[in-house]
Amino acid sequence: MTEPKIPGRPSAAVQADSTTTQKQTNTLQYLLPAIVLLALLFIWYIVTYVNLFPAYALPSPGAVWKSLLEEIRAGRLINDVIASLWRVAVGFVISATLGIPAGLWLGQHLYARKAFTPMLNFFRFLSPLAWIPFAILWFHIGDKPAIFLIFMASFFPLALATMAAVATIPSIYFRVAKDYNYKGFELLTKVTFPAVLPEVITSLRVSYGIAWVVIVAAEMVGCQDGLGYGIWEARNGLRLDSAVCYMIIIGLLGMGIDRLLTQLTKLPNVRWGYER
Amino acid sequence: MFVGAMKDKQANSRLVLDNVSHSFGTLHVLHDMNLDVNPGEVVVLVGPSGCGKTTILNLLSGYIKPVSGSVIREGVIRTVYQHDGLFPWLTVSENISLGLRSVKDAALRNKEMLELIELIHLEGFEHTYPHQLSGGMRQRVELARVLAGDSDILLMDEPFSSLDYQTRLRMRRELVRLLEKRHRTVVFVTHDIEEAAQLADRVLVLSSRPATVRRELLIDAPRPRDLADPAVIHAMKEILSELGL
Repeated sequence: MTEPKIPGRPSAAVQADSTTTQKQTNTLQYLLPAIVLLALLFIWYIVTYVNLFPAYALPSPGAVWKSLLEEIRAGRLINDVIASLWRVAVGFVISATLGIPAGLWLGQHLYARKAFTPMLNFFRFLSPLAWIPFAILWFHIGDKPAIFLIFMASFFPLALATMAAVATIPSIYFRVAKDYNYKGFELLTKVTFPAVLPEVITSLRVSYGIAWVVIVAAEMVGCQDGLGYGIWEARNGLRLDSAVCYMIIIGLLGMGIDRLLTQLTKLPNVRWGYER
Repeated sequence: MFVGAMKDKQANSRLVLDNVSHSFGTLHVLHDMNLDVNPGEVVVLVGPSGCGKTTILNLLSGYIKPVSGSVIREGVIRTVYQHDGLFPWLTVSENISLGLRSVKDAALRNKEMLELIELIHLEGFEHTYPHQLSGGMRQRVELARVLAGDSDILLMDEPFSSLDYQTRLRMRRELVRLLEKRHRTVVFVTHDIEEAAQLADRVLVLSSRPATVRRELLIDAPRPRDLADPAVIHAMKEILSELGL
């Protein structure tokens, strides 16, 4: 028996091996998670089959499947998916376009860093959900309060991570930059930014994760559609089969978008940040 | 011609330490140091570790200002570092092209790039990133980068000390060959006595902190010099005895 290989991270030994081992690794990469998934479905089925919980409190896989088809046919699910994705995208883009430059600036200025770090940390540890009442009073109902909450959830970790990354750039890069006359804006775009890009991508993934968790809660209060609203409505109608549908979609979409963001780490000019 | 013009310019380069003293707080690092580097000369500084060799290079590069005395710097100065001096987000050719930033003509720049890649024998590695190269290859890229374009003076801060012994021997030979093709003024800091004896026109043996020049040694044997070359062996003996080893 050979040891199972960690998927997506071929060790030196795997690379040295023959292509058959490579194929085996690829098959395992899909086979192992599929086995876990099937086992989970099976447990879920058994639990509902023996009526451990009443049917209204834990819907069976079959009931969820039926409800999923129904939601898709009614077109509501697609509509909710688009609404949620839109809000997260807008909120996330706003916090990235403000948070990354803010982090770059703070990272370069010691006194600004000293001045702002406690404040940024304070807000980072404040759950974005605490802002819900303000969000609704300030932005009323619709996309805006949700976007605001997404922004509050992702701006602070992003700015802080970028700042920390800039502050720890090896000084040798700046000395080299000086030798070759990099100054001002060019220094920022050609040296500082690429030097922190791998860490910025990592923090984008992390803060996207937070944003995706927050959107569900945000939509439960301030919205008339969206995945979070869907769950809320299912709860009100005691349609937990529908709620589980939404949960599955939320989980899958979250994973899918993280996959997309992971593609950024495959850019050739950031590989160095993950390989050494 | 491009290369010819550079040589003339390089002949006008100046690098002088005039009565320079330096300290970090209460730590007195340099005391009344005088150094006049002739254009085209290879000056090697050797001395016990922690004696202030790197401080001298930092003063010469303008990275720090001396507490007293003056530093005269004329010409384009570039530094080769011990390691990690390449930008990891740029490929080999992109890193080298930093050295060609002052060359405005794109055709000329491409021609120079091809020449440099050929010079350091890294054909086929143009689009490789530094982390995919060996230590010796990386240092060769650094050499190409500092030699590119309009540089006059090269400061080398133990550039080969993180390499294994055999690679180090090869890189010394490589440096001699490159300087043969592209003349530059060089100030080279090392703790490696062999390296000093093989490379230098002039060796300055430094005392321990605060650093002063204990001994100046001229070596006029032609390069490349074999390790067993009598001139090299003689120089090594002199340096060793000066260091009390």
